[in-house]
Amino acid sequence: MTVPEVIINNLPMEATPPDWPGGYWWHWVFFSIVLIGFMLTMVIIAIYIERRGMGRMQSRLGPNRAGPFGVLQMIADVVKVLLKENIVPDKADKLIHWLAPIVAFVPVALLFTVIPFQNGALLADLNIGILFIVAVSSLTTLGVFMAGWGSSNKYSLLGAMRNVAAVVSYEIPLALSIVGTLLVAGTMSLNGIVLAQDIPFILLQPLGFLIFFIAGCAEINRSPFDLMEADSEIVAGFHTEYSGMKFALFYLVEYAEAIAISAIITTLFLGGWRGPLLPPWLWFIGKTLVVFFLMVWTRTTLPRVRIDQLMALAWKFLLPLALINLFITAIQVLAWDDAVNWIAVVINIVVMGVLILIWSKFFKLGWGRIEV
Amino acid sequence: MTTSEMMTLKTEPFVLNFGPVHPSTHGVYRMRATLDGEVVIDLEPVVGYLHRGIEKLAEERTYGGFIPLTDRLDYISPMSNNLAYCLAVEKLTGIKIPERGEYLRVIMAELQRLANHCVAVGSFLNDAGAYFTPFMYTFREREKIVDLFDMVCGQRLTYNYMRIGGVSQDIPEEFLPALIKVIERLTIFIEEYETLLKENEILLARSKGVGILTREMAIDCGISGPVARASGVNRDLRKADSYSIYDRFEFDVPTCETGDCYDRYRVRIEEMRQSLRILSQAVKDIPGGPVKAEVPHLIRPPVGEAYGHLEAPKGELGFYVVSDNSIAPYRCHIRPTSLINLSALRDMVKGWKVADLIIIFGSIDITMGEVDR
Repeated sequence: MTVPEVIINNLPMEATPPDWPGGYWWHWVFFSIVLIGFMLTMVIIAIYIERRGMGRMQSRLGPNRAGPFGVLQMIADVVKVLLKENIVPDKADKLIHWLAPIVAFVPVALLFTVIPFQNGALLADLNIGILFIVAVSSLTTLGVFMAGWGSSNKYSLLGAMRNVAAVVSYEIPLALSIVGTLLVAGTMSLNGIVLAQDIPFILLQPLGFLIFFIAGCAEINRSPFDLMEADSEIVAGFHTEYSGMKFALFYLVEYAEAIAISAIITTLFLGGWRGPLLPPWLWFIGKTLVVFFLMVWTRTTLPRVRIDQLMALAWKFLLPLALINLFITAIQVLAWDDAVNWIAVVINIVVMGVLILIWSKFFKLGWGRIEV
Repeated sequence: MTTSEMMTLKTEPFVLNFGPVHPSTHGVYRMRATLDGEVVIDLEPVVGYLHRGIEKLAEERTYGGFIPLTDRLDYISPMSNNLAYCLAVEKLTGIKIPERGEYLRVIMAELQRLANHCVAVGSFLNDAGAYFTPFMYTFREREKIVDLFDMVCGQRLTYNYMRIGGVSQDIPEEFLPALIKVIERLTIFIEEYETLLKENEILLARSKGVGILTREMAIDCGISGPVARASGVNRDLRKADSYSIYDRFEFDVPTCETGDCYDRYRVRIEEMRQSLRILSQAVKDIPGGPVKAEVPHLIRPPVGEAYGHLEAPKGELGFYVVSDNSIAPYRCHIRPTSLINLSALRDMVKGWKVADLIIIFGSIDITMGEVDR
């Protein structure tokens, strides 16, 4: 069975069970709620992993008081944050200040709609799934910039401007690195991409994976690119003036984004829900958490880059490499009928090594001092 | 609005206050930075939020009674402060210190240097954005040193261990074995730390060539300690004006050439190695005997003045004491290392970005208790 046939057989509209009570719309409402529940649960797990994992890596304990091994710590935190006073600065733009967390939250929730949990199990199997992700994921920036602008605080504004600059730049290598996988898979539907991964694309597109991981980290402001909330420089960045539940929403967005990017990496490069023995959804969640753990690891290990270095990395390093990767992949797809083969794996890994070596020889991070 | 008007849109610099309450000002320092976007175009330091009038308080206390207050100056390295003050008063009175006392002083001062540099390196990297990991690691090692201090004087932050004429009490017998263990542990730890950070790409990109302090400016501003040595000023009071018994030990004075943030970090790491060398020599040679000279409870130095200084972890720390033959100093002036090292900050950060401002400031390594006194 070729790839397009598989997709046709798994079109989402047919995936609705015919005996589902109330028909099609109930299906959507029900699974939307399930999806939001999934997202919140994953965020709680992610925060737990991050805090405990970072604790271990930093030779301290991490939260361990609430519940066994501190598993209830996040619940306690949520309750605490709900009870907190909501403080709005006097000079803030009240409407924008109020609206910002919501604007930031909605796109992240939308991201989860196109990610397959197992074969065909996704809320909307759009045939432009990847395009949807690229389009929607950067919308969060709008909320962040509204927060920075609306709180009338210079730290917030600096953080928000940094974020806009970073997201606009990193969107390009991010999208370009995906195109390689699209070429190989021959489809934009995420379910189709998973089905095409007889060899996980991390092997077939190693350079694409690295670029996507780095650009993804920058896009969602995970360390070492966490400039917009660089606590040692601009206090808390865009959410300096937020408290209570509004702050919690930003916190939620941050981790939901990290989980979403991890899930997208899992789907695009790690074979999504595919795997032996265990049920597919468990494979999916497991892989997502492993990718998230990688992010935690880099966060504890690396210092932060500077804003001009961040830009230089995107435009001088990632963008050319992504273009070359795309070019090579295109040739491979043209040359072979089935580009998913082990020769391509070997070629691509060698190409990745050579390219990174050459580029890092001539690449200079940032430009340093400016005469004033 | 036409395109040409858009192109010439006027932007104007704005003032941003860093501190007095800010995660990276190491206390209550305040920097009024004028920013053009991200670029720092001017900086006005504001000090004095932690002023407690310690110099004036010295005039109200006996010579010995002022020692606990010196702990509160540079609270990251109180042992050195104690010692600097005692050196000044001993110079004034001409007290001779017993051998064992001298050795203990050197051991404590060098341990203090290690502890201080642990904090300095950790917080420098924390300012660079390495989310608390190096900070925690270095604090783990500092903890061992603080445990040693706890063993000899019962305190973990304000030691009050030095006395005029020696040290307050002899070390317990389990101290030296514990010290040897700490020396071994720290040797391994420094290597570990070096493998993690010495060639870290991001750290190099962030700190190499950033915040250069030229040799001339370092000398002009009176900057001392690791900051000056990173700029190529080969001056270490332990060699240049040898006090206590430092002339008996073999150690090098590490210097660097460029004077950027990375060099300051390198110098500190090297100094930690040298301190370990001194310590292992001191542990070998330490003699028995009394630890404190016979000094009357209330000292009445002859009329006169004396300036005692030493190489504190942060640089030259000096106490200038004037006596009028009473039981309290007539005047006590402190040469604060941190304040004088900060004096070149404005020239160092001009033209760099906000993120650089923070790590340049962090690489100077100051303690607000000493800046404001």
